[in-house]
Amino acid sequence: MLVKNSNFLFLLIFCLFITNLSHAIEPDVFVQSTVNRASQTLSKNISKEEKILELQDLAKDTVDIKGIGFYTLGKYRKEITSDQKKKYSVLFENYFLKSFSSRLAEYSNPKINVTSKEKKNDKYTIVSSILVSTKDRPEVKIDWRIYTKNPDKPLIRDLIIEGLSLARTQKEEFSSIIKSNDNDINALFQNLEKFINE
Amino acid sequence: MNKFLKIFIATLLILSFANKSSAEDVKDCFEGLNRATFAFNQGLDKAIIEPISKGYRKLPMPIRTGTSNILSNLSNLVTIPNNILQGDLKTAGINTARLSVNTTIGIFGIFDVAQQMGLVKNYNKEDYGQTLGKWGVGEGCYLILPILGPSTVRDSVGTLTSVLGGDPWYNVTVKNDTQYFKDSDYYVSKGTDGINFRSKNIEAFDNLEINSMDFYASVRSLYLQDRKQKILNSNKIIDTQDDSDWDDLQSN
Repeated sequence: MLVKNSNFLFLLIFCLFITNLSHAIEPDVFVQSTVNRASQTLSKNISKEEKILELQDLAKDTVDIKGIGFYTLGKYRKEITSDQKKKYSVLFENYFLKSFSSRLAEYSNPKINVTSKEKKNDKYTIVSSILVSTKDRPEVKIDWRIYTKNPDKPLIRDLIIEGLSLARTQKEEFSSIIKSNDNDINALFQNLEKFINE
Repeated sequence: MNKFLKIFIATLLILSFANKSSAEDVKDCFEGLNRATFAFNQGLDKAIIEPISKGYRKLPMPIRTGTSNILSNLSNLVTIPNNILQGDLKTAGINTARLSVNTTIGIFGIFDVAQQMGLVKNYNKEDYGQTLGKWGVGEGCYLILPILGPSTVRDSVGTLTSVLGGDPWYNVTVKNDTQYFKDSDYYVSKGTDGINFRSKNIEAFDNLEINSMDFYASVRSLYLQDRKQKILNSNKIIDTQDDSDWDDLQSN
């Protein structure tokens, strides 16, 4: 009976392990597949508005918008109320989707090749890639900060373009807006609303 | 003049280091003045620099590549002494060879023969601001200089070092009256360098401006990150990123 139980336990653990392996997505494969999906959308013969909608769906699926939003709040995320956090999350998502898709929609068909990856810890892997040069633009190095706490569902948390972090830039921009308005978080909310409705 | 410069530098340094701030804060001690200068520079950019850059980009590719190569070759004159000051003698030797080969065989640097010969894989420009950073001097307060754009107290001291004798190209064109070069050669080379840089970043700048709620703060952040990256001279981009801020965040 004990042997039978041990075999069953072993089989169960083995199955769980195999299941786990089969679902884990490697961060570099995830980035290349995300880039390919974006590239497919951008090369489609559809209107710019339709492209933007498709890119926004892609972003919701592959980017940790909520996480980036709270990162960009910096020290203020510990100082605001839960109602303000809820309001901010909604505003930031709308802001991010508008900003992200309008930036990307300008590209006709960007070619990005993933070159390497470096696991920093269990939570983060940095995937390196190259945006291939065109006649108007030199080659650009892009690193992707991938959040891998759930290996089955990796998420993008930052783009580091030629060593410059977009998330950090955003964080310092938000901080500047709040600081120049006597540390009033509502000033940031107003700016976000204005940007979204423009 | 030298006395004035010394007083100016000393004042900036004192002001700069007197304003301590937390790690998360950017030291923008002269923000009001900086924002005004930034607005002035933006006006100048829209009226003159951007239109010229767009025109420059219409030139045939070989002309732009040749111009870019000449400017890159000239920059060795500041890079090499800074390689030495940073103790990187090997790179100083390689860059000296690069300068010699490109100036002679490469016809005043028009052709980057050294790169084609495999002499230099990745050429990194160095300046006196970077050397001060490497020596451990903090960046100090952020500054926007008229026409020249973003800087810091440390980087401004670096720029002054160049014009006070640290840049051989400045010395033979402007500072000393040689029969071979004119003052205008220096200013044309610097102006072209700016146009060359701007022409490569037209879309990136436009995109950043459209998508920024505070364009000034975005440019400041990008400039300071870029300088940190250049001072570290690290191939690993992630070395400049601080992970502590990401740690306590929850996922979607």
